[in-house]
Order: sequence, then C-alpha cells, then structure tokens
Amino acid sequence: MDGYTGKLLDINLTKEKIKEIELDEEILKKFYGGRGLGTYLLWKELGERWETVEPLGEENLLLILSGPLTGYYPGMKTAVISKSPESNGVVGSVLSSEVALELKTSGYDGVIIQGKAKSPVYLLVHNDTVEIRDAGKYWGMGGTELYKTLLKEVHEEIKKKEMLKGIPKEPAMMYIGRAGENKVRIATIMTKLMHAAGYGGYGAVMGSKNLKAILVKGSKALPEVYDKEKVKMLLREFWRKSFSSTTFREWGTGAGGYSVGHDRSSEPIRNWQEEYHDNKEISVANFENRAWIKKYWADYGCPINCMKISYLRYGPYKGAITDAPDYELQAYLGTNLGIFEPEKIVYLSYLVDELGLDGINAGNTLGFVAELYQRGILTKDDIGFELKWGDEKAFAKLLHLIANKEGIGEILADGTYRVALKISKTNGIDVTKYAVHVKGIGIGAHGVRSDLDYTKDISYAVSVQGGDHTSTVALPARSYEGEMVNAFYDSAVICSFVTQPGFENILEFGNAVTGFNIKPEQWFNEIGMRVIHLQRILLLLGGPDVYWDPRKDDDNPSRFYEPLPNGPVKGKAPSKDDIKAKVKQYYKEIGYDENGLPKEEVLEELGLKDAKRELQRIKKRLNL
Amino acid sequence: MSENEPQNIQHEIFERVWILITPDKCSGCRLCEITCSLEHEGIIWPEASRIRVFELLPGVDVPHTCVQCPDYPCVNTCPVNALSVDEKTGAVLVEEEKCTECGACITACPGKVPRIPTDKGSVVICDLCGGEPKCVEICHEAGHDALKLVKGNYRSVFKTFAKDPIEKSFEIARKMYGEEFLR
Repeated sequence: MDGYTGKLLDINLTKEKIKEIELDEEILKKFYGGRGLGTYLLWKELGERWETVEPLGEENLLLILSGPLTGYYPGMKTAVISKSPESNGVVGSVLSSEVALELKTSGYDGVIIQGKAKSPVYLLVHNDTVEIRDAGKYWGMGGTELYKTLLKEVHEEIKKKEMLKGIPKEPAMMYIGRAGENKVRIATIMTKLMHAAGYGGYGAVMGSKNLKAILVKGSKALPEVYDKEKVKMLLREFWRKSFSSTTFREWGTGAGGYSVGHDRSSEPIRNWQEEYHDNKEISVANFENRAWIKKYWADYGCPINCMKISYLRYGPYKGAITDAPDYELQAYLGTNLGIFEPEKIVYLSYLVDELGLDGINAGNTLGFVAELYQRGILTKDDIGFELKWGDEKAFAKLLHLIANKEGIGEILADGTYRVALKISKTNGIDVTKYAVHVKGIGIGAHGVRSDLDYTKDISYAVSVQGGDHTSTVALPARSYEGEMVNAFYDSAVICSFVTQPGFENILEFGNAVTGFNIKPEQWFNEIGMRVIHLQRILLLLGGPDVYWDPRKDDDNPSRFYEPLPNGPVKGKAPSKDDIKAKVKQYYKEIGYDENGLPKEEVLEELGLKDAKRELQRIKKRLNL
Repeated sequence: MSENEPQNIQHEIFERVWILITPDKCSGCRLCEITCSLEHEGIIWPEASRIRVFELLPGVDVPHTCVQCPDYPCVNTCPVNALSVDEKTGAVLVEEEKCTECGACITACPGKVPRIPTDKGSVVICDLCGGEPKCVEICHEAGHDALKLVKGNYRSVFKTFAKDPIEKSFEIARKMYGEEFLR
C-alpha cells in the first residue's frame, strides 16, 4: 500500500481500550481518505441506527483523519469527521494542523474515537506509544495556556525519552476550549491558537467525550510512494506555481473585509440585512499596519504563506492574538455585527479562538440575536444588557455567555437555527426568517444575491454540507466548480488554497503517491459521487432532534430572497422559481429523484446497495 | 608572483560555506525540511531532515541545523570515528555504517543539532549538500531567504550560533510577543 500507513487507531474512551485497525485497500480506492473514508466509516458503524444517534452522546464517533496526499502535497490539513451536532448529517471539516502529518509519521492514517471518558482526558500518540491520560488540570484552559503548559510538558517529556537521540521537534496539538467542554453546538476543534475546524461543531463532540486535547509526535518517515521520481518532480513544479500566488502571500484572505463588500456586494452586514459597504476602516492596510506582527506564516509544506499573525501590543485589547483575521472572521465578527475597526475585530477573533467557538457560526448567531434586538423581539431584559450594532463589548459578553452556557448563552449555545426554532416557539412569532443558515449550518461570508461572488443561486441550498462556503454546489453538478471537487480536497486532505496546479494535476499527483490510477471522470462519476450520495443519505436521515425535508430545506434562507438594499447592484435577488428550477436540475444531474433523494439505481451503481435500507427509512419518514 | 602563490592555495583550501539563519524571516513552511529529506533520504521525513524548523509557539519559527564549529566537538567525541570533516566544505560527514547511535555527538554539540530519527539506523547531520545546500536554494526560491549561504574563511563567531533550539525559541518568542505573553 503506497501513500497510506494502512492502519487506524481505534480508541475507546469508555473502556479505555486502544487497538489498531487494518485498512482495506479496496475501501481506500473507493473512498480515498479524509471526508470520503470518514463518511464511509460512520455509515458502516452507525448507518443502521443513524437517526437515534445523539451527536453529543456516547455512541457518536469522532474521526481524525489524514488523506493519501497529506504530508506529500504542498500545504497541511487534518480532517475531522463525525455526526454533526449542527446538521445531524456528516460534515467533513478540515483544519490546518500537523496532527495528520504526525500521525502518519507515527504509523497511522488516523484515529477513531469512541465512547466517553469518565473524566477529562487527553490523548498522546508518540510513534508506537498511545496513551489516554488525565487532563483534569488542563480543563477550562484556552489555547494560549495549553501551549504554555500541556504542549510544553509533553514536549519536555518526549525530549527526555529521546534524550540520546537528539531534540525532537514539538508535538502537534489539537484541542478544545471552554465552548467545546460545555458542548456548545457551535464549538470548534482548535490548533495553533488560531486555526480551527469550524463547520460541523466538532468541538462539542470532542467535549462530549471528555477529550480535551490530542497530541501527536511521530519521528518515522512518511509511507513510501508509488512513483518517487514523479512525486519529487511534480512537487517542485507545484511549488513554483504556488510561489507566484502573490495575493494570498501578501494578504491571505484579509483584503476581503473591504473588497468583498465593496466589489462584490456579498459580505454579511448586520445579519445580512446589507451586503455592500464602502467603509475603508476595515481595509487590509489597517490590519497590517496596526495588528500584524508576522506577515508570512505557513503551515507545514505550504508554499503560499497566506497566514498572518495579529497581536495587539497597545490599547484596550492589548494582548489579543489571532490570525489576520481571515476574511470570514473579519466579516462575521466585524461587518456582520456592524463593527469595522480592526482592533475590535482582532479582539473578538481572539476571543472566539480562546473560547473555542466557531467564528463563523458564532458570528452568525450574534448577528441573528442583534437583529432580534433591533426589531424589539428580544429586549434588554431577555439578553441582560443592551445589544447594539457595533458594540464589540456587548458582543464579547455574549460570546462568554455562549461558551459558558450562562444566561441567554444557554439558549444561544445551540446555534442560529435551533435558537430560531426555540424563540419562535416561546415568543409566538416566526423568527426563522432572520436565521441565515442552510441545514443548521450558518452560511459562510459569501452571499449569493449579487451574483458577483463565486457563490451563486444554489451554492448552499443543495450542498451536503449546508452553509459551508468551502463545499459549495454549482451547475453543471459534476463540474470543477462544484462540490465534488471540494469533496476531493477534503478526502485527499489537502488545503483548498494550494490548488493552483488544478484538479487534474493534483489527482495525477495522488496517483503517483498511491499508484491507484484514478482518472478525473472516475472521480466525478464514481468516487466523488459515492462520497456525496452517502453524505446526502446521512444528512437526510438526520435526527434525533432535527430532521430535514429536501422539499422545503433544499433552499436559500429567506433573507437571500430580499432584494439587496444598497450598492451598485441594489435591488438584486434571485427569484424563487429560478432557484427551484436550478435545484431540480441539480437533482437530475447528480442522480437524485424529483424529491431530492438519491435514486436506488444510482446507489447500486456506486456499490452502495446497503444504503437502500437507509433510503427506505428516509422515504418512510417523508411519506414518499 | 611566487610570493602570492601560497596565499592563493591557502585561500582555496579554506573557502568554506556556512548557512546563516535569520529566524525572523522564517515562515515555518518547512520546504527546507522536505527538500532536505527528499535529497538525502529519497522520501519525506521531517525528523530526518538535516535542517529542522521548531515551532514551540505559533509563529515562532526557528530553523535548526549544524553550524560547523571550528573545533568540531562532535567529530572529536565520536567513539567509533563515524564522523569526519569534509575538507572541501567543512561539513560534518557521517559514515552511516560505522554509527552506533550512541548519542555522544549530540551530547557534545553546543547546539544539540545531531538527530537520530526512529528507524534510521544512524545519526543525521547537515553535509551542506557538498557545498550547494538545497535548503538554502528552496528558501530563496520560496522568497524568504531565512537561510543564506555565506562563503569565506572559518570564523569563530559561527559557533556562537549553535544553541539549544528550545532556548533559541524562547528568546525569539520573547522578542516577538514580549515578556507578558510568555508568563
């Protein structure tokens, strides 16, 4: 087996048992790795009783996976997959962590985490040594403290163990903050203080297992590859291509805070009531001059260097450290809350990082609550204080309440969609129309109304990952712009910002690593289809607290039908009929029936015959 | 003419190369590690790279490699004579077959540079790629120049760059984030 170690760690936290699982090469050929393999494993283990599996219960599984390209292909990602407490389906979430690389150099392609520890623990993998350890003293800590304690201590320990072998580099660490510990549905798994696996809410899953952190250090070589010379040659070629990607190198996505609003009219402003602005205060130059202390920062093997570190040395938010922030958090913790000053956005971004909240979904929820306050649906009494647009102190207070599940935070901890359902019920007015989500996932900071961004019409409406802006749908369904390519990146487990060589060349690189000889059309007609269809089935199974009906849920949030109120494309919005027609067209091209369910014959063609039993259950629930 | 001759010869013999590291410029991309291990091991192997970038705190990237001390404590301490000096470049050369992985060179090194990676079977030390270090080339191509090639005679100051990577990381972190952050 080339490119893979061929082994997974299977860790049962309830029974405190650790074992190794051999991976079947046929399964790897069918599902590749990362999101694909993870979806298959979840289906195999939980598929028959998916609807009853509580995402935050003991029986859910948390998978930390590499892919065949991890460590070889430029850039670094680790995939996190589980039954999502946000969508109740499967969301393939990735974060820029070297955990996957260290796992591979320890001899494992990934880790399956089962059960729930009796008390807080962390997991340590050091080559062949795997241990579940007490994390009592680290519970409650955020990233900055964990770096100064847990990571330092484990590194010291490994250093002592390897004393006569020289000083090992630091272990890779992923962890949860207080939000994850408290099972907040919009909690992230964090790494390196400011990188997160946001979509999916897997910080809550990790917390529900009493697992504070995973530390991994490997010192072996990556597995052998099929064609060494070709891998070496392509790697050099890809590096050269990527070196010229100067926009990301200079600004990361940090220029978006101004340009997405100004140039594309697709930036969330005050809970998406607007999408255009011309506020130069939020320009990348201000972030660079006032906050960045490191301009070129890369993860392992990355030729792009899109990361920047912000650190405030002065002022009321002195000590705040975070990344650029990237465009998504500039928008969601900035413009979406009516905040345009860099320091305030850096501070809120630092806060979500430390608390372990998903900046996108938390910003989405904050915007939603602030709009309810603006409309007088929620009052000062409900919230505990005034919540005006632009008031970063009030929003910071809310973030703390959410992470700690205190006061109104107890309700908000469930994320926008569930909060909307609850408030609609208790207040007797429909507020779901202000919830900007698709299938429980807050929509990424790229709107569809202006038609000027890469996201358009049905980008989110029929995605198997809901509002995830990194897995969007396009027509034709099986095109390079569509979700199947995102599924490839997440299954190969590479960074979607280092894809300048193009899908076909990356796939060829994958073939040189694995020896699989997968053709592009095979990805679009077989492997990618298999991943998407299986994800679709698990998403439509849903449960136990939330279920989706494609006839009404394969749609944009209501807000996206309101005409844009200002800017160069004022008045623009998609028409309901157009979206409906495009959704139907998408069903046809991807192999769903007229109600949006995977067709039996397609499942059979894809070798997913057993998934028909799941399909029957979905049909039964929907009375189809 | 005849007076100048010996000087020229001496110059040729002692013109050596040295990798100057400027951690402030390092992005932590580790292309040096990948290039080095591909060059020397034919495979990607971060811990077997002769240059390794430590990142004990996010953003604090510290490239770590041999500085070729003029007195070569590692070579002198090796009990099995597995280490020697490349006369052309001044690099430390490892005879893998002779190395017993005893770790004496690591203890002797003022920078704790040598490394014995799991399953390798011997210690690894930078050999300067015979005078044209590939890590320096890729760091330049990548636009960072955190690694630079310095040519010239031995200078005792090189040795002062040999430092425990953890100590070095702490110093750079303190400069970057300040005392308060590290507390």
